[in-house]
Formats: sequence, structure tokens, C-alpha cells
Amino acid sequence: MSQARDWPLYEVFIRARGGLDHKHVGSVHAADARMAIEHARDLYTRRQEGVSIWVARSTDILASDPAESAALFDPARDKIYRHPTFYDIPKEVETL
Amino acid sequence: MSERPAYLLEYLLRIADTSLVLAQRLGEWIGHAPAIEEDLGFANTALDLLGQARLLLAYAAEVEGRGRSADDLAFLREESAYRNATLAELPNGDFGDTIVRQFLIDAYQLALYERLTDSSDLRLAEIAAKAVNETRYHVRYSSGWVVRLGDGTDESHDRVQASLERFWPYVQELFEADDIDRAALADGTAPPAQDLCDAWSRRVDAVLAEATLLRPAASPFRWYGKHGRHSEHLGHLLANLQYLQRTHPGATW
Repeated sequence: MSQARDWPLYEVFIRARGGLDHKHVGSVHAADARMAIEHARDLYTRRQEGVSIWVARSTDILASDPAESAALFDPARDKIYRHPTFYDIPKEVETL
Repeated sequence: MSERPAYLLEYLLRIADTSLVLAQRLGEWIGHAPAIEEDLGFANTALDLLGQARLLLAYAAEVEGRGRSADDLAFLREESAYRNATLAELPNGDFGDTIVRQFLIDAYQLALYERLTDSSDLRLAEIAAKAVNETRYHVRYSSGWVVRLGDGTDESHDRVQASLERFWPYVQELFEADDIDRAALADGTAPPAQDLCDAWSRRVDAVLAEATLLRPAASPFRWYGKHGRHSEHLGHLLANLQYLQRTHPGATW
């Protein structure tokens, strides 16, 4: 398994159906981007889970610092007027 | 088709057995591939090939008309009754060997299935239509690896070039038409062997060029698994494949 450890990690995002967003589903090791797509296809779409795949090097993903959570997210807590809860959503809209 | 031509059983077995035997070979990698991702990659390809073999063997069993099932044909035929191309039964070797063997056969099956979708035998055309998409992915997968290894390090290049030289003599069998192939060609069931060879060569040459690998010279060596004359390796493979049904006849899930 030494080779797999040397291969960089890619994060995998799958679009389940047309019209939906790509969702993070997991990660794969791969030597290059093409291989990452193929590995993602073989690992995460075996049961018709998707119609489109994105992969991105895990090291290219920047994350917020958990230590800053309070500063980043708490200010939104008391601003419920930002939620669009005062609209009636038509029944025909399935995936909002 | 109400009247099944005499050659058809043999013709179907050649395609079916090549897929079945290759699926068994790929299955040997499960738990041993260099990464779990490759483990699943081989397993997926193996399952596609097994699915193709099932459909083709089921059809072959009907054509034979002796009340045997696809399972009977897979599990109870002797080595000499197998009609797979010899290339499919050759041992896995290292990962690069397996990739090269896979690529050579993937490219062949793609050329074949692309043409069989227009076969005058409608059942065969339907099976080919399902198989051709699977096979397009197989080619993508194995050719990606051929390029990666061929155009990789000096060692990977030399080793994969050596694999190519070793397997190359067995390719000729795929494109040498005999009476069965000519009969299948005559009624529009099968495409001309030369067309398959041309399509295969175009695809293989393009990938070898990208992989900085050299196409080996043609060799006078011949081996005809499709006539039931196999290398020493098929018997061992079948011993594994058939063990359960031979030991517990009729066992089911």
C-alpha cells in the first residue's frame, strides 16, 4: 500500500441528478486528476449515485479555522429576518 | 432467428469465454492491488466482463439446444471446450503486465462490440450495445495506465515495454479469421477480421505513441485458444473457477 500513501488525496463531489448541486461524498488517492476521476467513478458511482463528478486536490481546499467559529458564525444567530421564511414555496418546486 | 446456423455456438463461445476468463483473472487482484482504489477498479471491470459473459453464454446455451444453462457452460466445461483467446488466460504477472494485457483486450473488445451493434444477429447486437459502453470505460481506464507507466519513470517504461513484447505474439490470434469467422462474416453476423484489426491498431498505436512505447514487431508465433488449444495456465484458472460446482454439484446461493 506504500504507493497509495504516496499518491495525493483528492476530494470527490458528485452531482446526483441534473439540477442538483455537486455534494462532497468522500475522497480518493490518485496519482493524477484523470486517475482521481476514474477512482471516484469506481468508488462512488457504482450504484448509479451520480451523473457528474468533480475532484479537487485536498490540499487546494482552504478551510475556516474552528477557533474562529464564534467570530465567523455567531453574529448571524440573532438575525432571523435573513431567513426567507415569509414566502410560500410553490408545491411544484421540488428541489429548492 | 428460428434457424440457428451451425457456426454460431462456436462464435459466441469465443467472445463469451474471453470475457469470462479475463474476469476471473482480474478477480485474482482483489485484495492484492497496489491501492484499494485500483482493487475496486479491477473488480468493476471484472464484473462488467462477467455480465457480458453471462449474457453471451445464456445465448450460446440456447443456440446449443441441449438444455444446458449459462452456469453449466461456465462451470462444467472442460479446458479443451473453452474457446477464449489465449491472451486472456495468461497469468497476471505484476500490475503493469495486467494493465498491458487488459489494454490489448479492451481495445479488441471495443472494436468488436462497436461493429457487433450492427450485427444481423439481433440478440448479439443487443448484447453488444450494452457491452460497448462498459468497454469504452475499460479502454479509458487501461489506456490511462499504459500512458502513465509508459511515460512514467525509466523503470516503469522499461517494464511495461517488456510486458508489451511478451503479450504481443498472442494478439495475432484475435485477428486471424478461420472458417467460423468467415461463416459469421458471410451472413452479416460478424464484421471482417481485417476491419477489427485496423480499428484496433489505430487505437493501440495512438496510445502507445502517447505512452512513448514502441509497437513490437509482428511474430510468427501462433497459439489458438479459440480452437480449444490452451496454454498450461487455463487449467489452473478453471480449477479455481469451477471448484465449487465440481465439489458440490448443483449448489446454489
